[in-house]
Amino acid sequence: MARRSVSIFNRLLANPPSPFTSLSRSITYMPRPGDGAPRTVTLIPGDGIGPLVTGAVEQVMEAMHAPVHFERYEVLGNMRKVPEEVIESVKRNKVCLKGGLATPVGGGVSSLNMQLRKELDIFASLVNCINVPGLVTRHENVDIVVIRENTEGEYSGLEHEVVPGVVESLKVITKFCSERIARYAFEYAYLNNRKKVTAVHKANIMKLADGLFLESCRDVAKHYSGITYNEIIVDNCCMQLVAKPEQFDVMVTPNLYGNLIANTAAGIAGGTGVMPGGNVGAEHAIFEQGASAGNVGNDKMVEQKKANPVALLLSSAMMLRHLRFPTFADRLETAVKQVIKEGKYRTKDLGGDCTTQEVVDAVIAALE
Amino acid sequence: MTMAANLARRLIGNRSTQILGAVNSSSGAATSVARAFCSSTTPITATLFPGDGIGPEIAESVKKVFTTAGVPIEWEEHYVGTEIDPRTQSFLTWESLESVRRNKVGLKGPMATPIGKGHRSLNLTLRKELNLYANVRPCYSLPGYKTRYDDVDLITIRENTEGEYSGLEHQVVRGVVESLKIITRQASLRVAEYAFLYAKTHGRERVSAIHKANIMQKTDGLFLKCCREVAEKYPEITYEEVVIDNCCMMLVKNPALFDVLVMPNLYGDIISDLCAGLVGGLGLTPSCNIGEDGVALAEAVHGSAPDIAGKNLANPTALLLSGVMMLRHLKFNEQAEQIHSAIINTIAEGKYRTADLGGSSTTTEFTKAICDHL
Repeated sequence: MARRSVSIFNRLLANPPSPFTSLSRSITYMPRPGDGAPRTVTLIPGDGIGPLVTGAVEQVMEAMHAPVHFERYEVLGNMRKVPEEVIESVKRNKVCLKGGLATPVGGGVSSLNMQLRKELDIFASLVNCINVPGLVTRHENVDIVVIRENTEGEYSGLEHEVVPGVVESLKVITKFCSERIARYAFEYAYLNNRKKVTAVHKANIMKLADGLFLESCRDVAKHYSGITYNEIIVDNCCMQLVAKPEQFDVMVTPNLYGNLIANTAAGIAGGTGVMPGGNVGAEHAIFEQGASAGNVGNDKMVEQKKANPVALLLSSAMMLRHLRFPTFADRLETAVKQVIKEGKYRTKDLGGDCTTQEVVDAVIAALE
Repeated sequence: MTMAANLARRLIGNRSTQILGAVNSSSGAATSVARAFCSSTTPITATLFPGDGIGPEIAESVKKVFTTAGVPIEWEEHYVGTEIDPRTQSFLTWESLESVRRNKVGLKGPMATPIGKGHRSLNLTLRKELNLYANVRPCYSLPGYKTRYDDVDLITIRENTEGEYSGLEHQVVRGVVESLKIITRQASLRVAEYAFLYAKTHGRERVSAIHKANIMQKTDGLFLKCCREVAEKYPEITYEEVVIDNCCMMLVKNPALFDVLVMPNLYGDIISDLCAGLVGGLGLTPSCNIGEDGVALAEAVHGSAPDIAGKNLANPTALLLSGVMMLRHLKFNEQAEQIHSAIINTIAEGKYRTADLGGSSTTTEFTKAICDHL
């Protein structure tokens, strides 16, 4: 208690509160009676730096006394399939928080991430790539949300060897999945007051497959007259992202392009260690570090315990909003953003040299 | 004298194998002898496709610079026809294609694909008929033209014939479409061999294979296997494998981490355009397509810009740099270096720049400035 007061006192001296920078208190959130009952969330620490960053989230949640109770399950990337009990747990709790699961290259094991998504039909993956104040990057005014179809496309996993030396992989695009991801993207844009949705494709070459995707997007766009809709070819899109990222708002893409665009956009906005994101389906939601690059980290990071917990912390704030605890989400987000802005506690990917624990302590200290 | 002339004639005939094969020290001395004779006696014929829109203007620019630099090349110009040639099923005539096959080297300006059905796209025709299997694009930051990235110096080598762009799609039932991605051992080995050979001849230290083999295990797995096989033959070159999402992120955060990148078709398309964006866009990016039998077709990858065609405003840098790539392929390294430095210095000086680089010079002024720098 004394430690918290001292840190608060120090902070007040350093940044005198002005009416514009203090945490805006929401006066319009009126919960239903019983909303405050703690929710159980499945927690999958994962591989590599996964346990480190999920541990960080657990600590911060506890410090905030958030009404969230974690049910922990060990899943490792080299397991054959996701254990039944984990799937049961997610079906029961409806919400899951997870660290990265490594998919061994060429190991003959199908990706556990994909398995989870397919079984629970979590079809939309969302990454919010936004410049965080205080973090200097080469690009400014970046605020892109990449919504990526998560169950089909190039990641269907349907491959076979035709004859020795010739391998075929099927990319499957269906109207059903394309339509629902387009609908989700426009709905997201509408609910979040976004002005533009851009569909990313390569329909000049893959005329039928990406053509079907575009058709579905165009059909949905007709119902949302207030939102501008345009289309861009994926290679041009990457070039534009690097040159003029401010022209993009919400982007809806099939599976593979979404992966590339999300990681590129995350990279220009500050790195994948900072971008929040989640995966959502009709009934379940899984929250994890937004863009997939580096979510397992490397051995050195694990040893030295220097992984960046910011992405997962911000994703857990998204999770709190999804669970209808908006004020806890606001507090967490404000604290994290403040720590980044101050710049004293940053991990290596952001230019600093702190350990995960130091960042977590700073965030806890910054909580109001 | 006769012996040297014979040597020169034989070496011109063997040029194709020389270009693709490893540099042989015993023929190195003979090459310089042959070159001395080549420059004074036998110029090399190269096919030139000026293209549409700003194509003819920038092709003029290239011809002027090459003549001033004393490059022994004779251009055979071919234009895109206005009617479909039934022998090639496209607007490119059979004669044009034969010309490239014969000369084994060519330079292509931007071509606008006419809208309509019943014919193949021009780029597709060239690619299929000439069996162009590797697309090489060096991307380096131009000193003097500031972008957000200063230290880019990498080369993307993209497999150009198969992969996701096989064009094999069909509708299974209404609302369900399948598209085939094909990876073969032969094509992957071919492009991997070229990548390592390129790295070796250009003094590059590292080759990175870009893939998504954790998800597409058999297809990208085969590609990686082929790359590994070739890597074993070049122990002096470091070989690494990078998953494509990591690669994208690292490229935009720190492009200096990469040296030579070798990739299958789709990833190559996206990454090479991304890298072009890092250095300033397609107006400054050279590119060269390598085909079987030592065919090399350098091209400018930007569009034909019909809105500024004929106004002397176009930027010839991309086509000029592609021409430099062509010269290096022909082993005219001195002249290539000369022209390259001239271009770099002109842009670095900043006095003569075309409109797209923020200046106000015309194409002819810019070309003259480069010639002056030679």
